Formats: sequence, C-alpha cells, structure tokens
Amino acid sequence: MGRKLLLEKAHVEGIRTYEVYRREGGYRSVEKALKTMTPDQITDEVKKSGLRGRGGAGFPTGMKWSFIAKPEGVPRHLVCNADESEPGTFKDRYLMEFLPHLLIEGLIVSSFALGSNVTYIYIRGEYAWIVDILEQAIAEAKQNGWLGNNILGTGFNCEIYVHRGAGAYICGEETALLESLEGKRGNPRIKPPFPAVKGAWDRPTVVNNVETLAAVVPIINIGAEEYAKIGIGKSTGTKLISACGNINKPGVYEIDMTISVEDFIYSDEYCGGIPNGKKLKACIPGGSSVPILPANLLLKTVKGETRIMNYESLSDGGFAKGSMMGSGGFIVLDEDQCVVRNTLTLARFYRHESCGQCSPCREGTGWMEKILKNIEYGKGKSSDIDLLWDIQRKIEGNTICPLGDAAAWPVAAAIRHFRDEFEWHVANPLESQKRNFGLAHYADPLESVTA
Amino acid sequence: MAEEKKLFKVTIDNITIEVEPGTSILNAARKIGGDVAPPAMCYYTKLKGSGGKCRTCLVEVAAGSTADPRPMPKLVASCRTNVMDGMIVKNITSEKVIDARNGVVEFLLINHPLDCPICDQAGECSLQDLSYEHGKEATRYEFKRRTFEKHDMGPFIQLHMTRCILCYRCVFAADQLTDKREHGILDRGDHSEIATYIQKSLDHDFIGNIIDVCPVGALTDRTFRFKNRVWFLKPEDAHRDCPKCNGKVTLWYRGDEVFRVTARKDQWGEVQDWICNECRFEKKKTADWVIEGPTKISRHSVISANHYVGMEVPKETLPDVMGGRKPKLLMNIHSVSEVNRPGIDLSKIEGPAHSTDFVEAKNGS
Repeated sequence: MGRKLLLEKAHVEGIRTYEVYRREGGYRSVEKALKTMTPDQITDEVKKSGLRGRGGAGFPTGMKWSFIAKPEGVPRHLVCNADESEPGTFKDRYLMEFLPHLLIEGLIVSSFALGSNVTYIYIRGEYAWIVDILEQAIAEAKQNGWLGNNILGTGFNCEIYVHRGAGAYICGEETALLESLEGKRGNPRIKPPFPAVKGAWDRPTVVNNVETLAAVVPIINIGAEEYAKIGIGKSTGTKLISACGNINKPGVYEIDMTISVEDFIYSDEYCGGIPNGKKLKACIPGGSSVPILPANLLLKTVKGETRIMNYESLSDGGFAKGSMMGSGGFIVLDEDQCVVRNTLTLARFYRHESCGQCSPCREGTGWMEKILKNIEYGKGKSSDIDLLWDIQRKIEGNTICPLGDAAAWPVAAAIRHFRDEFEWHVANPLESQKRNFGLAHYADPLESVTA
Repeated sequence: MAEEKKLFKVTIDNITIEVEPGTSILNAARKIGGDVAPPAMCYYTKLKGSGGKCRTCLVEVAAGSTADPRPMPKLVASCRTNVMDGMIVKNITSEKVIDARNGVVEFLLINHPLDCPICDQAGECSLQDLSYEHGKEATRYEFKRRTFEKHDMGPFIQLHMTRCILCYRCVFAADQLTDKREHGILDRGDHSEIATYIQKSLDHDFIGNIIDVCPVGALTDRTFRFKNRVWFLKPEDAHRDCPKCNGKVTLWYRGDEVFRVTARKDQWGEVQDWICNECRFEKKKTADWVIEGPTKISRHSVISANHYVGMEVPKETLPDVMGGRKPKLLMNIHSVSEVNRPGIDLSKIEGPAHSTDFVEAKNGS
C-alpha cells in the first residue's frame, strides 16, 4: 500500500475539529515554517519537492511561486482555487469536507511564503455546506492564534476569507476566478499579464488548487527531499484520485504515482474492478477535459510499456496515443457504455459552461453539441464526423482560455479512438437506438510496434 | 540631450517597419496597411480593454524577438499582443492563420441571421466585409439559428440581439463614455445577450456612440432605421459649435435631405471623435452645420458607388509581401483558349469595341 500524506488522518474520529486535528500533529508545519524558515526557504523547499499543480495543468508549484512580482508597497495575495467543477473530479470536496484544517494549515504556510496577508478561498457555489465547515475551521484557527495579527509572535499577519462562487465552471480558470472574486462577470482575462504580476485588483497573485496547498503541509513536515523520493521522475509526492463510473468502489484515493492503471482499476485496495463481470471499454483518466482512451491504449502505452498513474506515463504518446493526468477525475466506462452518448454529455456540459466571450468557443461548442445529438439519436450523416473533427480543430488553441481546448479534446479523442462507433451510429440509425456498439475491438491487444 | 527613444523593429509578412515599444502587432500592421492589417471585429483603439475576444485578428508569431527567437506555440490575438524588437509575424503568409480565420468567420456566421437585405448596417458592416474577404461561400451549419426579440433601448437606439456578435464594444463604450453603464451582458455562452436586464432606456448624452462602435447591425439608430440604404447616401464632413462635444461629424445626404448624422470614422472604421446625442439625433438640417466637403471613402466600399469625389485608392501591399514579385496568374487563359482573341489588344481599339472589330481582325489576320 502506498504511503499516505494527505488522507492519513482522514478517518480519525472528529478530525474536523481543531482539538483533534491539533492532537494528531496538526499545525506543526506552521510552527516549523514561521519560526525556523524564511519565505524564500519555503519556496525553495517547495521547488525542491517537485510538487506540481494538482488542479489540472501540472505546472511546478515552486516555480509558480517564484514568479510572483514583489513591487514595494503593493499587497500580494494567495487565492485558493476550490472551484472544483470538472465532471468526474471531487477530490477537493473530500479534502475540504473531512480535513478542513489541513487546507487552512497549508494556506497559512503558503501565505507566509508568498507574503500574502489577505488570502482567499474561492469555493464553488454548489459546495454550500463546505463553506460552513471551512468558516468554522478558520474561526477555530483564529481563536488559537494561527490566524490574525502577529501569528506565533513572528509579526506575520494573515486573514483567510471564503468567497462563494455562483455556479460557473469557467470561474475555475484562474483569471476568471479573479474577475469573479473582484465582483465582476467571470470572464477569463487575456494573458499576459499573468496573475503573478497583475492578479486580483491588479496586485501580484498566486492561484493554487486546494490539493496543491494542502500538499505543502507534508512537504514542510517531512522535508522536500523525503517528499521527492515518493513517486517516479517528475511526478513526486502523492496524488488524490477521485474514481467514478463503472467500478465497484468509487471514491477518493491517495496514490503515490507508482501504481499501474490496471492495478488501480482492478485491485481491491482501490477501485475494486468493474461490477457485474463487465469488461473495461474506455477510461477518461484525468477529469472530463482530458482525452478518452480505449482499454488497450489505457493499460499499455503504444510502446508496450505498462501505463502508470502519473503525469508522464499517462501523457506518454501525446494526444494521439495518450491522455493526461489532469485533475485526477478518473472515469471508467464499461462495455455497456456508449462513447457517442458520453461525448454528447461532455459537449453539452462545455456548451453550457462556455463564458461566451470569444467566438470559436461560444459558437463552436453549441455546434458540436447539436451535431453529436444528431449522431446519437440516429439522425447523423457520415460527413458529420469529419465536420466535428474540423470544428474541434478550429476551436483548439484559438481561444482566450483553456476551456476551448477542454471542449475540443474530448471530442477529438473520441473520434480519434472510437471513429468506428460513430460510423456505426450513422450507418445503423435504427439499431443504434436499441443497443450499444459494445466493446468491439477496443480491448484487443495493440499490434506491437516494430522499431 | 533628450534620450532617443528606441524603436522596435518588427517584420510582418516580410515587410519590416519600426514602431514604438508598446505598440500592438495589429497597430504595427495597420501602419503598413493594406492586406497586411488583420481584420478586427472587437478591438477598438479608443476603447480601453477592448479586443482579444473575436479572434479574427489571430496571427502567427514565427519569432518572438531578437533576444528570444522562439516562435509562439499558439496563434496570438494581434490586437492584444505587443511587438518585441526583432519579432517576425506572419499574417497573410501563414496558412495556419488563414485557416483559423476561416474558422472564426464561420463561427461568427453560424448564428448570424444573414438578413443583410433588410439590415440597416448593410454596406457599412464589418461582418459583411469580413465574410466577403475571409469567409467561405457556403455554410456547413444545418441547425436552427439562435434568435432574440428586438428591444427598443430608449427613443434613439434599437437592439437587434440576433445580429450581435458579442464584441463587447458597446459595453466598453458605455463604461468609458458615460458615468453609469446601464446595459451589459446577461447569461453566458451561446445564449449570452446584450441587455438592460429589465428593459430600461439608455439616455446618457453620449450613448449614441454605441451605434457607431457596433460592428454589425445589432445597435441601430431609430431615427434612421429603414429610411435609406447607406449606398444611396452621400457623406459630407461637417461641424458645428457644440457645447457638449467637438461637433465634428459626417452628414449623410440624399439630395438635400440629411438622413442621419454619425461620428467621423477613420479608414479602419473607428470613430475619430465621440459626438453627443444632440448632434447625432437632433440636428438634421443643413442649416445647423458648416459643411466642409465630401468625406473620403475607400474605393472598396459600396458607399463609394456613384460617387466620384473623395475616393481613396486602397494601399497595395501584395508585391511587398511577396518580396517584390507580382502575384502570379494561376493560369494564363490565352495559352489554352482562343475565346478571348489574344491577337487583339482591346486597349488599342478606339472607342468601345464592337463585335465587328473582332470579325475584321479575324479577316485581316
């Protein structure tokens, strides 16, 4: 069993309260960081740990922190991105719900490292009950002197505020989040300038995911070198995976990024296999935006190596033959699932969530949804498949923010890997309304590539 | 001695110019002019913060700068990307750009009603020009188009949301010209719309300018709607002493009647000076104005039809883009067909040519 750093204490009775959390060793990292380390040392430590952003893009966190501009007399901010709205991803919810103090602890250390005296948690509007949990935790932390003025007598002041979103996926994009935090319409900003230079209220700002900030706590506690030993290559530390779909044990799992995808799905410790003896057809390994993979490409890379649950291995093969770690929303599809239907569901989501600011995404997402609807309901034409491909190609990379890409990738990957299923839908309009295409050849072993 | 300002050298489509630091790629390209300037539907020089949304001005940056010559991985919005020293930009010389722009034009048009025959903007519509120059002849969109109800936003302005391309220009204009913006974008994605929430009237002194900044026929002048087609009108520059604005306008005549008053626009279709509602909507008599003379109109514009003064010949940049070479004919028809009688040089025939000229030439040869 892999080592647990974040969820180790998640099942301790009453861990949500300050007393129990503190008794279990909580807030040690704040003591260590504030009393024995300088902000630059903390940033260096995070850099050395190799921690990568857990929100989806996987950008090295220490590097992001070191980019923050430090002009004289301008306040800086740390903003925690808790707007977890990606279909299939629910790891931050679990973390905040069960271990609110872990996040608060990580926020205090990170705020100290970045020099943020006012720190915000921007939380998804639908997580209404978690706001209460977090505010309770903040109040407890403040009562015990971990927040407020002159924390631990070091002269460092910090306040944390929870800001609720109003139910928009786009506000998880960091610049849209900042716009929304400022009280404006949540439209992504055009970059540059990046938030590290001009963020919230034009002040230097760092936006990090919940899990990233929570992971700062073990890094400080056990040290960067110890943390970097866990995992393989550039995928260090542990990662929370929220597994869902056709599996026996859906839930949030902490993995150390050395486990293979096959083990993750079939071992009893994690997903526990697929119910009712069904076979694996496909999987979206990192939240709805990342490319879907058929079973054969999921378990083995195109070179024939076993695919491991980490950043490099999942993206092995690029977009043509691989996928992405993304935000860790692991969605498993068994042989009874229809990929066309699944793609339509995702396209509908992105059409609904597009902010409407730039033309390719605003118009293209709606168009893709309409075409997919036709194909799914037996009204498709074979030219529609090529048209879909052309539309996604013209959205990808041509938009202000990554939502355009996120809308294009699932469609692209579905057509790339499951084109025969789309063609079957078009060729058999009546039959496709009664039964699914099934597993077909998607789990067949790949032909070995001769070098 | 005053410090000399360092200029940035930037190459756009093989033409190199020097511009001041802080200039956007779009404005640098506009300095060159002609086909090299990317089209812009949402960017408006006078409106701070505008641009970046429509994605028609996408260009390829083949080299970031002399210091860092790496190309930029994605196409960038030229209106919101500043030039660097030694930057190499490809606009019409990049296939990627042409392809992406083609896509953007198609996206902009799929939900546009294409009701040009009954639209007041026809003839001076940026979307018409854009689709004519960069679009395809047919659409692949086979679904019902998005529609909205028409609204009257006060006595002067009508909003026809169905035609809107959501460039946000009118929002920026209202933000920056009036003290309190009363309209904005409601909803999101493909169902977002310009609205006043509960049908309010817009009645600020300078609100009429949102009609001028609108690139399409979404915001139209209620005092001019359906009165005349713009190409039947003759534009004249005029001015008056106005206590609110500087009073420099264009009057649109048919015969002796002033049909409408607009602000003066430059060659990129952007307003030179904002004008007030009084000048725009209430001063429609020649007696109110001092006439300066006919407005200069690009020869490419349909408005120049039937006018023989004040026409501007557009700048020809293609030979420069192609390094001095002239565009090559794809096929010289004379080499495969005798239909056009290559032996006869029409320019040498006196007066209009008649069929008999050809017969004689044939007999003579």
